[in-house]
Amino acid sequence: MLLNNVVLQANEIRKSYGGVHALKGVSLTLEQGEVHALAGENGAGKSTLIKILAGATQADSGQIHLNHELITHNTPRRARSLGIGIVYQQPALFPDLTVAENIALAGESSSPWRRVNWKARRRLAAELLAQVGARFSPDALAGSLTTPEQQLVEIAKALDAKPSVLILDEPTATLGEQDAENLFRIVRQLQAQGTTIVYITHRFDEIFRLANRVTILRDGEWVDTCKVRELTRSSLISKMVGREVKSVFPAREKKTGGVALEVHRLSCRSAGLRDVSLKVHYGEIVGLSGLVGSGRTQLAECIFGLTAKDSGEILVAGKAAVLDSPRHAISNGIAYVPEDRRKHGLVLDMSIAANTTLSSLSKISHLGMLKLNIEHQSAGDFSRRLRVKTPSVDMLAGTLSGGNQQKVALARWLMTEPKILILDEPTQGIDVGAKAEIYALMNELADRGIAILMISSDLNEVIGMSDRVVVMANGEISGELSHAEATPQSVLRCALGYKECVLEGQGV
Amino acid sequence: MLGVAPEFFTAGNLRDMLLGNAPLLLVATGMTFVIIVAQIDISVGSLFGVTALACGALAKHGCPLALLPLVTMMLGAALGAMNAGLIAFAGVPSIVVTLATMVIWRELLRWVSGGAWIEGLPANFQWLGLGQSAGRLLIIALSFAIFLFLAWGSRYLWLARAVFATGSDREAARVAGVPVRRVVFWVFVLMGALTGLASFLNAVRFSDVPANSGLNLELKAIAAVVVGGTPITGGKGTLLGTLLGVALLGSLGPALVYLGINPFWEKAIQGAIILFTVPLDAFLSHRRQHEAVV
Repeated sequence: MLLNNVVLQANEIRKSYGGVHALKGVSLTLEQGEVHALAGENGAGKSTLIKILAGATQADSGQIHLNHELITHNTPRRARSLGIGIVYQQPALFPDLTVAENIALAGESSSPWRRVNWKARRRLAAELLAQVGARFSPDALAGSLTTPEQQLVEIAKALDAKPSVLILDEPTATLGEQDAENLFRIVRQLQAQGTTIVYITHRFDEIFRLANRVTILRDGEWVDTCKVRELTRSSLISKMVGREVKSVFPAREKKTGGVALEVHRLSCRSAGLRDVSLKVHYGEIVGLSGLVGSGRTQLAECIFGLTAKDSGEILVAGKAAVLDSPRHAISNGIAYVPEDRRKHGLVLDMSIAANTTLSSLSKISHLGMLKLNIEHQSAGDFSRRLRVKTPSVDMLAGTLSGGNQQKVALARWLMTEPKILILDEPTQGIDVGAKAEIYALMNELADRGIAILMISSDLNEVIGMSDRVVVMANGEISGELSHAEATPQSVLRCALGYKECVLEGQGV
Repeated sequence: MLGVAPEFFTAGNLRDMLLGNAPLLLVATGMTFVIIVAQIDISVGSLFGVTALACGALAKHGCPLALLPLVTMMLGAALGAMNAGLIAFAGVPSIVVTLATMVIWRELLRWVSGGAWIEGLPANFQWLGLGQSAGRLLIIALSFAIFLFLAWGSRYLWLARAVFATGSDREAARVAGVPVRRVVFWVFVLMGALTGLASFLNAVRFSDVPANSGLNLELKAIAAVVVGGTPITGGKGTLLGTLLGVALLGSLGPALVYLGINPFWEKAIQGAIILFTVPLDAFLSHRRQHEAVV
């Protein structure tokens, strides 16, 4: 297949880490001006492939041709100068430098002793920011920006090098609906200018909306490359997992009990929460939706005792509870799996076993002494039950893939035997198979009478999983919808702060 | 070494080295936990000086010998608690707090003692009144017993698990319900207690207590921990490594004497060992990590 408009051709790329084959001879052809999606479960090799393209790691064998010229000795700097730009999933800016300085640093290629033309740099940064639709100043400190804003800076950084191929690694994983729309606009705009986009995502909607072609990887092998319009959702899923998946959201018979958790007129100025009230019953899954920055995570952190409230009450099983620290929350039967598991969810330098038991050390110890055999056994039981893919629970948690890390984080909190489980973006950035397992587990837990409060930016997930959806906007509850009332449109309307949805949705 | 200077390995010499380094081992043990919890304590040298002098003064004024180790240990723990409170609950960085207390205690010592040694200690103070050989044995046995207990505890005590978690990722540990501030507090209290006890075990070897006890001890302790493979960034580390670090750095001086090298070189070689082992360790662990990533 020799096309004239081929921009990049990667042939038979192989890469192994230790004894694990991450890529077993994968090929990828990119045409000019296309949006090319990379799909596959976590661990399929997508990340490794793009790291090799961007020069962040070296392939064991295989060639990459850019504009029919072989790239040798690829490094991040070389890839950038040749026109391969990349935006990783997690923004990695220098928090104490300004946006303009961050952009300038990435583009700096001449002598380190050269005088810096700050005026020109600032102007350039402002132009790039305008191009990506950012509304903050180039003089803002990168650390003061929200994650979506930081991501825009990363895109601006990549665009600075005028790439012919731009790789976006799960760009919407941390974005709410509105910010995602802005990103789609940028992608289309770049495509119109002839830039080739490689787009990694776990969200099928985005593949069908944006991509022209999709390459599917599975377990480090190339499965298929096809035009998106020749695909259906289920055919794409079956190519990814190698089997038919009937329904992502398993059906469940709802049996709710009394009120497990009641938040009554809670306010917290530092977290931007105003007069928040909500109830979660035993055996109920309540979806907490809203745009990023609407106060969902802040509410969870307040309930879990990570931030102090100014006024209002939190009642656990009908009794007012003092929740000043995570320890109090845990002893009240509350568990919280935070959003950013890489940051706070797990101690990545500790073993899977130690992470599993970290919140229930008293259960495996006697007179302050740990019983390591019991720890090993119960951590093993949990990782089998949750199907954590690892040779041993003695492996460091940091060696696991995102989905498996999430399962270990869940295992830790299940070990505390919670009555109330708060999940913040439980399936963010994890693959379809692991998602389905986590959904099934949530249903199983709800069936056992646990009250679940699930924060999610994925509308399908909120609607598919929740018995009831509570929506937040600007630090307040903007609406409450029953399972029947919840549709992507109604939830989004509440999230954007329209008042009509409250009228139809109240009185649950 | 065995070939060049076999007399280095005689029982008497090894025993003297064990004895001389037993206090350092205790201090380095405490320092290992401090560094694992991702903090630092540079005040231990001054703290050692304060407790040593207090111990001497108490002995001179008739404090019963049996109470002395306990009292010096408690005093060390109390001084450690001052560091601990400021670091754990007031949130002042440990390097700042212990830099301040290092200077304050050392100056206070100079002011109180006027640079004078404490002499004329009671007869039963030296070697605990047991005589030289039994006294030596007790000092070595006690130091190693404490070391072994803490080495065992670093794996089997849940408190130690909390120390590792806090040092590795403080925020993640807090979210998991680990009382991170209390953990940091008690690590510094332990550091103080071990330093106090070490100063007692050191003082009883001599007939008087010098005014500048413990000078530069913090450097030796930190060096031993770091050479022993505990990364200065915390979250990891073993007490066995620290033992090897103490052994390596502690045997260096005597070894040079036996090899006929000018002892002037001791500090330079110590520095070279630190410069060589620490980057090597960082390099090896970096490579291990990269191989593990899938």
